[in-house]
Amino acid sequence: MQVTFTHHQSAHCENGVASNLLKNSGLNISEPMVFGIGSGLLFVYLPFIKVNHAPAISYRTLPGQIFNKVASRLNLKIKRQKFSSVSNATQALDENLKNNIPTGLQVGVYNLSYFPDEYRFHFNAHNLVVYGKTETDYLISDPVMETVTTLTHEELEKVRFAKGAFAPRGQMYYPIQVPSEVDFKSAIIKGIKDTCRTMLAPMPIVGVRGIKFVSRRIRKWPAKHGVRKANHYLAQMVRMQEEIGTGGGGFRFIYAAFLQEASVILGNEELKNLSKEMTQIGDSWRDFAVEASRIYKNRSAKEDAYNAIADELLDIANREEIFFKKLKKAIS
Amino acid sequence: MEKENVPQHDGNLSKKNLKELVYATDENGNYTTALSTGWEPKAIALSNAIDDIKERAEEAKLKVQIGEVSPICYYMELNKMDLTILAGYVDMWKWRVKRHFKPTVFAKLSDKILQKYADAFDISIAELKNFKTD
Repeated sequence: MQVTFTHHQSAHCENGVASNLLKNSGLNISEPMVFGIGSGLLFVYLPFIKVNHAPAISYRTLPGQIFNKVASRLNLKIKRQKFSSVSNATQALDENLKNNIPTGLQVGVYNLSYFPDEYRFHFNAHNLVVYGKTETDYLISDPVMETVTTLTHEELEKVRFAKGAFAPRGQMYYPIQVPSEVDFKSAIIKGIKDTCRTMLAPMPIVGVRGIKFVSRRIRKWPAKHGVRKANHYLAQMVRMQEEIGTGGGGFRFIYAAFLQEASVILGNEELKNLSKEMTQIGDSWRDFAVEASRIYKNRSAKEDAYNAIADELLDIANREEIFFKKLKKAIS
Repeated sequence: MEKENVPQHDGNLSKKNLKELVYATDENGNYTTALSTGWEPKAIALSNAIDDIKERAEEAKLKVQIGEVSPICYYMELNKMDLTILAGYVDMWKWRVKRHFKPTVFAKLSDKILQKYADAFDISIAELKNFKTD
C-alpha cells in the first residue's frame, strides 16, 4: 500500500519532515520558515555529556521541539506516540498507512542502510517519513536524501528502537488538524523572540555565552588533554557544525533564509539587512571550520594555532551578541 | 555563502553518492538552495572520526589478546558504541556491562546473557566466544 506524498529534499531532517508533512496536509510552509517559527537555532555546550568521546555541542534545540513549537504557534495539532513494545509500534504505523496518513518517525542513524558509512554513528535524533509498505519494505521519504528510498521491515524496526541518548522508542508523529488559514505574522514574531531569548540567555553554556565559554576552553584543550584528544574534540565540533542536516555553518544559513522570507511577510526591511548579516556570520563559522580543519588535518597542536581559532570563535560570539540584540529590537 | 561558492569537493568517503542540500544566496543576494557534493574540512573531520574508531578497536583487540579485557569490549568499539549505548542495547546497568569486560567474568556468562550481546553486535554467540586473533 502507498499513501500520496510528495518528497522535497531539505537541509535539515526535522524541518524537512515538518515542512513535507504540512505541505502534504495543504499548508504551504518552507523549510526555513519551519526552522525560524520553531526557534530551531541554538548553541549549547554540554561538557558533561560525551558524544563519540568528545564533549557534546549542539547548534539546534532538542529533537521534536521545532515541530512542537511550530504546531503551537500556528495552532496546528500533531499527535505523538512512543511505544514500549516493538509489535505495537509496527501495528500503529501500519494502521496509519492503511488510513492514508504519511507518518513522521524519530529514528537512529546507525542502521540506516542507505546512508554512507561515515555518517552511520549512534545518533538518535534523525527524522524521516514513512509513506507506504510493500511485502518486504517500507517506503521512506528521508528529507536529507535527494529522492525517496526504502528500508526492509527489519531495518525499520531496528532504527525505530535504536538505543542510547535520545532513544526514539518507536516515536511516531503526524498532523491531525491543520487549519486552512494560519497567522504567520504572529508566529514569526514569537519564533524570533524565543530565539533571541535563548541566544542571549544569562547562562554560561547556552547561546552567545556558550560560544564564548567554548572559546575559552579551546585555548586550554592542548595543554589539558594532549594533542590527540584536543584535535579529536575540535574535529567533533566541526562535525556537529557541518553535520549532514545543518545546511552548513551551524544552521546560520537556514536562519538567514528564514529572516529573508520573514521580512517579506512582515514587510520589515530591517529583517532583510539582518538576514545579510547572518549570512556573513555563517560564512565566518565556515572560516572557523576551515582553520580548525588545518589543525586536525596535520594532527599537530601548536598552542598559538588553538589560540588563533579561539579568537575567531570569540569574534563570532561578539558579532552574534550584537546581531541578536538588533534582531530583538527589529521586531519589538 | 554565495551559490557559486557552495563546495563541490569529493566529500563522500564511501561509494554512496549523497548530495546535500544547502541554502545559499544568488547573484541578487536572495536565498535559494543548491546541492553540494561535499566539503573538505568536513570530509577530514569524518575520516578522522573513522580512523579514531579503528584505532580504538585495534587497541581493544590487543587488550583482548593479552587477556586484559573480554571480547565484548572489542565488539563495542568495533560497532562505534560506548558503555552507555551498549548498556541500552543489552538492557542492563552500565556497571554490569563493565563487569562483563573482565575476562574471568565473561568466561562464566550464561548463553542467555551472551545472546543479548551477540544480538547487539549482530554476530553469533560462537563468534563472540571464540575471538579470532588475526
